Amino acid sequence: MHATDIQTLRTLIAKHKRYDILFGIIGLLATLVGVITLLALFIDLVMGGYGRLTPEFFTNFPSRRAEEAGILSAWVGTILVMLVTVAAAVPMGIAGAVYLEEYAPKNWVTDLIEINVTNLAGVPSIVYGLLALGLFVYILDFGQSILSAGLTLALLILPVIIVATRESLRAIPVAIREAAYALGATRWQMVSDHLIPYSMGGILTGVIIGMARAIGETAPIITIGALTFIAFLPPLPGTIDPARNMPAGPFDWLFSPFTVLPIQMFNWVSRPQAAFLENAAATGIVIIVATLAMNALAIWLRYRIRKNIKW
Amino acid sequence: MDNFPTLSAGVVMNTQAHRLSEKKLRKVKEKAIETLLFLAAFSAVATTTAIVAILLYEASGFFEHVSIVEFLTNTQWTPMFENPQYGILPLLSGTLVTTGVALAVAVPIGVIVAIYLSEFAPHKVRETVKPFLELLEGVPTVVYGYFALLFVTPLLQIFMPNLPGFNMLGPGIVIGIMIIPYVSSVSEDAMRAVPMSLREGSYAMGATRFQTAVNVVFPASISGVLAAFILGISRAVGETMVVAVAAGQQPNFTWNPSEPAATITAYIVQVAMGDLPHGSIAYQSIFAAGLVLVLMTLVFNILGHMLRRRFREAY
Amino acid sequence: MTEHIHPEVGPLKAETKAFNFFYGSNHALKDINLPVGDRKVTALIGPSGCGKSTLLRSFNRMHDLYPGNRYEGGIMLYPDNVNMISKGVDPIEVRMRVSMVFQKPNPFPKSIFENVAYGLRVRGEKTKSLIEDKVEAALRGAALWNEVKDRLNDLAFNLSGGQQQRLCIARALASDPEIILFDEPTSALDPIATASIEELVAELKEKVTILIVTHNMQQAARISDYTAFMYLGELIEFSPTDTLFVKPRQKQTEDYITGRFG
Repeated sequence: MHATDIQTLRTLIAKHKRYDILFGIIGLLATLVGVITLLALFIDLVMGGYGRLTPEFFTNFPSRRAEEAGILSAWVGTILVMLVTVAAAVPMGIAGAVYLEEYAPKNWVTDLIEINVTNLAGVPSIVYGLLALGLFVYILDFGQSILSAGLTLALLILPVIIVATRESLRAIPVAIREAAYALGATRWQMVSDHLIPYSMGGILTGVIIGMARAIGETAPIITIGALTFIAFLPPLPGTIDPARNMPAGPFDWLFSPFTVLPIQMFNWVSRPQAAFLENAAATGIVIIVATLAMNALAIWLRYRIRKNIKW
Repeated sequence: MDNFPTLSAGVVMNTQAHRLSEKKLRKVKEKAIETLLFLAAFSAVATTTAIVAILLYEASGFFEHVSIVEFLTNTQWTPMFENPQYGILPLLSGTLVTTGVALAVAVPIGVIVAIYLSEFAPHKVRETVKPFLELLEGVPTVVYGYFALLFVTPLLQIFMPNLPGFNMLGPGIVIGIMIIPYVSSVSEDAMRAVPMSLREGSYAMGATRFQTAVNVVFPASISGVLAAFILGISRAVGETMVVAVAAGQQPNFTWNPSEPAATITAYIVQVAMGDLPHGSIAYQSIFAAGLVLVLMTLVFNILGHMLRRRFREAY
Repeated sequence: MTEHIHPEVGPLKAETKAFNFFYGSNHALKDINLPVGDRKVTALIGPSGCGKSTLLRSFNRMHDLYPGNRYEGGIMLYPDNVNMISKGVDPIEVRMRVSMVFQKPNPFPKSIFENVAYGLRVRGEKTKSLIEDKVEAALRGAALWNEVKDRLNDLAFNLSGGQQQRLCIARALASDPEIILFDEPTSALDPIATASIEELVAELKEKVTILIVTHNMQQAARISDYTAFMYLGELIEFSPTDTLFVKPRQKQTEDYITGRFG
């Protein structure tokens, strides 16, 4: 190779390396688009609604006067709906995952189930709302109630819980299963005494992630008819139900109309008056803080589990 | 000594039978538990069936009153008017335009992010950045709607002074940013699946990192990138709240993203918020719209998953 | 231009001088002094794990792609007398002068033509006619031209294993390298394909210096002029091939070639 050849080669290589550096910068910027958006979103919300975050905001009902409106019915509604969601989704999700991991034979029925679980994860959430409207609200006559909403969200987050549970179960080595069998345990005893307790951490993580998602879901709940102006609380057991002037039974709250935080926010952001937009921003802050806290909890849990398990 | 000789043969038989029936009881219990677990798992199939059944049932009611031809060709969607029009085209155009804007944002950025994380970024950068990307997916969509309406649109109006307050550009961009992590993670998976030997072959020829990424890694993972694109379409099509808040809710048959419009999903929300007499045409119309939505997302989901399996098996 | 002449080998193209290599804290190659004769075939043999591939991959700075590796000493390229592993030398430049053919054929997901042209494009070559000429020359040099000349735009993946490997050789040839490194090039091929590659190597050495790693001693005996035997990261013996296989100087070499281990 001649000296001149080497020189041209070196200039060429230098030019190509500049592309390397350029792309390194572009790539980093592209990755930061998400971070910047999150920051902008957060700052926008805080600037828009921070002033509204008073204790009264949390203890007032919605009102036609924006300054006096609050999210009491909304956050109580959210908690009650979450109770139903978790009560329905967690047992079904764990049971389904256990079946698929420990019991299911390799046949077309199992394949069908697995295809459906994957498919359901990709169904738009509003379609769940349509299902709930037709099935829960009318055919089963649960009405436009907390029960319908909780069951709808349960179906929505079922794939999340199933996948998280299956992964936790898979992480347990076969040797532990074999040890249980060798001592004469039945399959169910092996599962309930060993597998489920050991995978509790992973399951819990999945449940928290699912709940974080469910808290922010709006579309399916609107579709089943959650009303946006609820100025009362569902009749909790131990209180007097104002609608009937009788003590509330233990399950009356399930069939009560209700609202949830994201719907309250949606209602307020749909009004042109600036004061209501402030309320919307404040509600947004509450929802995001709740969601972030749950996600952070799940990540922390996952980290702790990884450290503690010594297979 | 032994009670045994004095025990009658009958008692001995009873003990054996007792043990046998215990075993049988255990078996019955195990089978019952297995059946319960199976039913829980089968609920996934039941849910899908229920969704399809409900949509078909109510939509068929709808199509008794509205011809399919009108449904597919009319450019007006005004079910609540005095003289109702039932053409799905305005809702379709709204959905497609918003999705188009979203993908125009998500795919280039998502692919660049994927190449960067897969081929360029040092390990520490990757570990720090990925959680933030995942966080993008955790923000509730109604909050994104607020952001699109009250931050992004005003920002756009600085550059486009004639942009109406409700438009498809703002929510489209926000949806795009929202699904960047989805597009980038599927693409990145495909790129990481490309074997090192192919990269080494390129480096051995004196190529730089960028040349290797563009000339070898990207083409080798193209089916994965395509899968990401298609799955991204599915996500954007199904998005509801961002458009419901920020695009206005007036069906508008247009391909211009700076105009307000309603998507299929926004329409369903709008109608469901009002008072719907059960069994009315308006009530049934949301199921017909839902059916179109499910068909669209189903096709894209299946295509996307088939492509994903292809790139997983190729290596 | 000073010629570097080795007492045993004659004019040298390259040479390692007190070369050491570390995988992290693992001292993988110890004080290697290997002469590489100009336009000769030098073979590296030894049992698994002896470091022959590690040594080969140092010649084109492949180890730079992975963190935690360290070179010490020198790998000199002649006649320029430049130490290819010094920090001041750009690995990309090294790779443009020293090509490599890998153990498992690794054609790019491109057409046959584009595979061979890749090295030229990386060098910024844009003249279409020049590229076409060089691609044809390279494919002829790899004894593949007649089989593919009518389907240059076909995907490289559609070729058989032996053809793919010859394609990789053509790809390595197209940019006129000074040294070609072969890393067990026939271990993934059937005997007929192996024979054709060995024939190719014999032809190629007239124009290019060749350094080849092989675990097949008979192959080394057949095609190489000089052979180096390595064991546990050290260069145990270096001799003309005829001498090494007939009258090895070291006991370890003798044990290896008579099959007592490895």
